[in-house]
Amino acid sequence: MSEMLILPIVVPLLAGALLLVGAPRKLHWHRAISTGATVLMLIIAVRLLLHSGDGSVEAYLVGNWPAPFGIVLVLDRLAALMLLLTAILAAGALAYGMLGTDRTAPGFHALFMFQLLGLNGAFLTGDLFNLFVFFEILLLASYGLLLHGGGAARTRAGLHYVVINLVGSSLFLIALGLIYGVTGTLNMAHLTERLATLDASDVPLASAGALLLLVVFGLKAAILPLHFWLPHAYGNASAPVAALFAIMTKVGVYAIVRVFELVFGYGDGPLADVAGPWLLPAALLTLAVGTIGVVTSRDLRKMVGYLIIVSVGMLLVGIGLGTETGLTGALYYLIHTTLVTSGLFLLADVIARGRPQGSRIVVGPRPPDSALIGVLFLVGAIAIAGMPPLSGLIGKLLILSAAQTSAWAVWIWGTILGSSLFVLVGLTRAGSSLFWQGDPVSSHSRGALHILPAALLLSASPLLVAFGGTVSGFAEATALQALNGTAYVEAVLGLSPTVPGIPQVTLP
Amino acid sequence: MEILLASVIGLLVACGVYLVLRARSFSVVLGIVLISYATNLFLFMSGRLVTNRPPLITEGGPYTDPLPQALVLTAIVIGFAMTAFVLVLALRARGELGTDRVDGPRRGEKQ
Repeated sequence: MSEMLILPIVVPLLAGALLLVGAPRKLHWHRAISTGATVLMLIIAVRLLLHSGDGSVEAYLVGNWPAPFGIVLVLDRLAALMLLLTAILAAGALAYGMLGTDRTAPGFHALFMFQLLGLNGAFLTGDLFNLFVFFEILLLASYGLLLHGGGAARTRAGLHYVVINLVGSSLFLIALGLIYGVTGTLNMAHLTERLATLDASDVPLASAGALLLLVVFGLKAAILPLHFWLPHAYGNASAPVAALFAIMTKVGVYAIVRVFELVFGYGDGPLADVAGPWLLPAALLTLAVGTIGVVTSRDLRKMVGYLIIVSVGMLLVGIGLGTETGLTGALYYLIHTTLVTSGLFLLADVIARGRPQGSRIVVGPRPPDSALIGVLFLVGAIAIAGMPPLSGLIGKLLILSAAQTSAWAVWIWGTILGSSLFVLVGLTRAGSSLFWQGDPVSSHSRGALHILPAALLLSASPLLVAFGGTVSGFAEATALQALNGTAYVEAVLGLSPTVPGIPQVTLP
Repeated sequence: MEILLASVIGLLVACGVYLVLRARSFSVVLGIVLISYATNLFLFMSGRLVTNRPPLITEGGPYTDPLPQALVLTAIVIGFAMTAFVLVLALRARGELGTDRVDGPRRGEKQ
């Protein structure tokens, strides 16, 4: 079974390599290969999720090197959940991309596969340096995908995105150097042990490393004040790329949960609450600034970009509470917001294609099929603003009720409820300008096929309500497992046999 | 020796940060290169400075930590690839935007 853990990394790697060198230079070959790989990844992700459902943590030693010396892949509920989410998003984004985006420039499918390789690897790895490597893989692929199709606006947004992420990578390495320097290991399970017995004189260095990691993950997750790149980058990317990027900010959120709840938060070490004082204020400010962005954006794609920032703020509120109920709410909200925002990105592109004004929020002719598109927009808007009866409400309620006992309760409730109101105002304004005024145009019709992937992703919201009990039950079990890392540590370190002839390595 | 290396890293980072904050893309690329040099040196130093020792655990003998050397090799390779990429991107931005200012043409400047 544990060999299956390598598959989410090997499948996109082989598919991407095949697309780069082996496959015939025909578009339908490329489409067939990447569709096959994505379907395979969906099947594997479902299989892994079912396997992790019984609460066991599975570890795989790459090259059979014993942990903590070799690289280790670990599958727990959280990783399995993120893998499945990535595979579902990839299926939707790929289906939309095959309707024309992949024709605009070569290399779309190969880059897409490498992006998935980086994402899956980042979710599975149990080693901090390996996390850096997978971050770089997913970033390099995302640079290519962001620029795919070309154009001046895209190039400028791409340059900013690349430069800020390169500086972020340097910070990541410095943080790793600090943590390695004081603990002598970068294996996450091994780190929990070393951090628990950390020398008091090493605590300042280790916490500097930890907070630098928070900055790096915050940059990926677009937390205030590291969010400026996101609306431009996402707003200028092509639609399937932006839809796939909906998971990119969640990689940062995932890394925060993994590193700060599991690694640093394990037990009662001196660094158990190192990120705690920063998370909640940053989360509330992110929520507020994202909301202002939603209300003031004059472009539908940028608006969805700001909606992502709002959702990151919500997620961090849940995580920053540091309780099991808070994390449960955040995980439920994470599933909901990832699928809905990516559906909204696709829908924004469908709307932009059907109007002479594109995605600008101004009164003009309605897009063709405006009844169908309008209903979908309504579903997406209700879901993302957290109105009944869709999934946003449940996620928000879970987080709000978890915040009741917090010392920050007043601030959290005020910010979240105020943010919901203004997001609703912004979405209403956008919807009424787009759909209620003007005559429909028929000349821009691009067929109903483009609507289908967007509709499928948005249908996740009613499904998340229909199966709400199952999903929130899984989220609760996941939160419990993520907060209590004992099973994780035992699964990784229990696998490592003592190697004869090699003494226990101690720091000089 | 520690003081020398630490001040070199500090100086590299200071110069790098200054250059990254400049308006022209070439200085920004140079700044990123300087920062990544400093990062690599720092990463290398996280295994402590030990001279004339093998990166192997011998019977009781002192050794240098081999892991930071492996990490720094990986970081150098990745950093090199990223620098090449950002250079090409900066050139392309120069061609497409008609200016090498990272925030776009100044008011009055020809697009």
